[in-house]
Amino acid sequence: MTTGYNFAYLDEATKRMIRRALLKAIAVPGHQVPFGAREMPLPYGWGTGGIQVTASVIGSDDRLKVIDQGADDTTNAISIRRFFARVAGVETTESTTEATIIQTRHRIPETPLREDQVLVYQVPMPEPLFKLEPRVRESTKLHALAEYGLMQVKLYEDIAKQGEVATSYNHPVIVDGRYLMSPSPIPAFDNPKMDMNPAIQLFGAGREKRIYAVPPYTRVESLDFEDHPFRPIRAPHACALCRSTESYLDELITDDRGGRRFICSDTDYCAQRQRT
Amino acid sequence: MYVSVKGGEQAIDAAHTWQAALRRGDAAVPEVSITQLREQLGLAVDRVMAEGACADPELAAQALKQARGDTTEAAFLLRAYRNTLPRLGASLPMDTGAMRVERRISATYKDLPGGQVLGPTFDYTHRLLEFAAPIAAPPVEATEPAAAMPRVSDVLAREGLMARDAPSDAEPADITRDGLRFPADRSLRLQAMARGDEGFLLAMGYSTQRGYGNAHPFVGEIRIGAVSVEIVPPELGFAIDIGEITVSECQMVNQFAGNAEAPPQFTRGYGLVVGRNERKAMAVALVDRAQRAPELGEDVKAPAQDAEFVLYHCDNVESTGFVEHLKLPHYVDFQSELEKLRSLRARWEAERAS
Repeated sequence: MTTGYNFAYLDEATKRMIRRALLKAIAVPGHQVPFGAREMPLPYGWGTGGIQVTASVIGSDDRLKVIDQGADDTTNAISIRRFFARVAGVETTESTTEATIIQTRHRIPETPLREDQVLVYQVPMPEPLFKLEPRVRESTKLHALAEYGLMQVKLYEDIAKQGEVATSYNHPVIVDGRYLMSPSPIPAFDNPKMDMNPAIQLFGAGREKRIYAVPPYTRVESLDFEDHPFRPIRAPHACALCRSTESYLDELITDDRGGRRFICSDTDYCAQRQRT
Repeated sequence: MYVSVKGGEQAIDAAHTWQAALRRGDAAVPEVSITQLREQLGLAVDRVMAEGACADPELAAQALKQARGDTTEAAFLLRAYRNTLPRLGASLPMDTGAMRVERRISATYKDLPGGQVLGPTFDYTHRLLEFAAPIAAPPVEATEPAAAMPRVSDVLAREGLMARDAPSDAEPADITRDGLRFPADRSLRLQAMARGDEGFLLAMGYSTQRGYGNAHPFVGEIRIGAVSVEIVPPELGFAIDIGEITVSECQMVNQFAGNAEAPPQFTRGYGLVVGRNERKAMAVALVDRAQRAPELGEDVKAPAQDAEFVLYHCDNVESTGFVEHLKLPHYVDFQSELEKLRSLRARWEAERAS
């Protein structure tokens, strides 16, 4: 960075404010903590919450990985990675194992995370109930009372009407048996990875000005019913590049006559497998 | 001074002279030319063109200059001018599938025939003020796409996953001739929004994302580029190309509709705006989908789903006129209000005293 900006863009007082919100979020897993989100030099909805969280926890000896849709080479991931390289001068990496902080949009890496890693999620809508109750004052009350019947009824109605739950991503979870939480728009396939994860999981929503967290080794259960258990979905194919039948796949259209192929959405995972 | 009762004529002349002086600014600073505005403030020009409902960058730039950069005022100037032009005919439907694309992105497929074309965009720039003068930009020529670019909505429709919109040869409504009527069909709604206020439509589209309208949108595709306009002159009886205009088109893919008659499938929200204005095309596509609620058997509960609410209030020439008319004299009405209030108070006081 040339001049005029602090390390990692935010001033130290702002970082302190965000760290306080983060500590509270970790102390009350899954609870949304309001914070004074700042205007960032990237637009709202493009990861400003995640960027502010990352900017508040990053140090000069960190190695940052940024993914969007699982990939390091998507334009917004590149842009955010460049931003931190520019304003914090930190080392960046595409390797999940080498990274100390991973900022993500819409995916959890396939490679299992460790205790010394932090996963920062970009969150568009922190409130899991907003489609059922858009008024924040009301939804806050519902959280305070742990009154999540609305969501159960919604899932029940899906099943009654369509035979299955209609959410394929952003499937709501219960954290540590208490708070209903949006996992951010990750595919339901990724939900189980949140459960008892050794890494710290931090969630930043810039436009809505909320932070929440899942501390290491915390129970995270996807909302379901005993007779309709939660069912993560992936395309029933092997990756065309690394042949993985375990990973989450992107669908590519190859022509306009119905041709398509499937490849891993996690580019680092796929590249590792192709090397070995 | 806002002169009372008489002397209005002089006051108006003086005000306009002052306005003209402010528009010119410091005479020591060179005056901007219309060409400079057209070339260097192209997105402001495009906004004026869209809201002014007249695809003419030169005139839009002129309006922008005359309006001191006030885009709503400029749109108003352009609307007022376009109103004086004869309608010589209607074009054939434009084929945006055959667009000369400068930008084409899909958020639903990482790769697709024709590829993702990022094109000129502010996306992925860091919003840091460039205090040093920007470096002269090298000229860039758009490269021809390697392959044809079928629309994502067509790709989905081929698999039966996207509800097809019924084609129609019926004469579309013309909002510039007949004004709004309700229930408004889709062509009328899309026309009204195409020239509607960007900020208002943005807020309406945004509200659908925040729970007021139950949206589950994906950007199937955004494409911006030049499209041929063709007409069939009656004396010829076949189509001729009368030139190109640049448009922004957005196709939003929305999750699961489905009811007793139709299987679960994607449904489309569509936005088309004259000029380069992807933000507005996206907003229109969100609101379009929201307004299809009755047709798809969804409850109409949110403002964006209420076509009458949105369409009657999205036109900034109408809304600025009516809001700003409040500064016109209302002496007479107000006088009667004063008298009414005095009478009511007298009654209230009398009753209280008794």
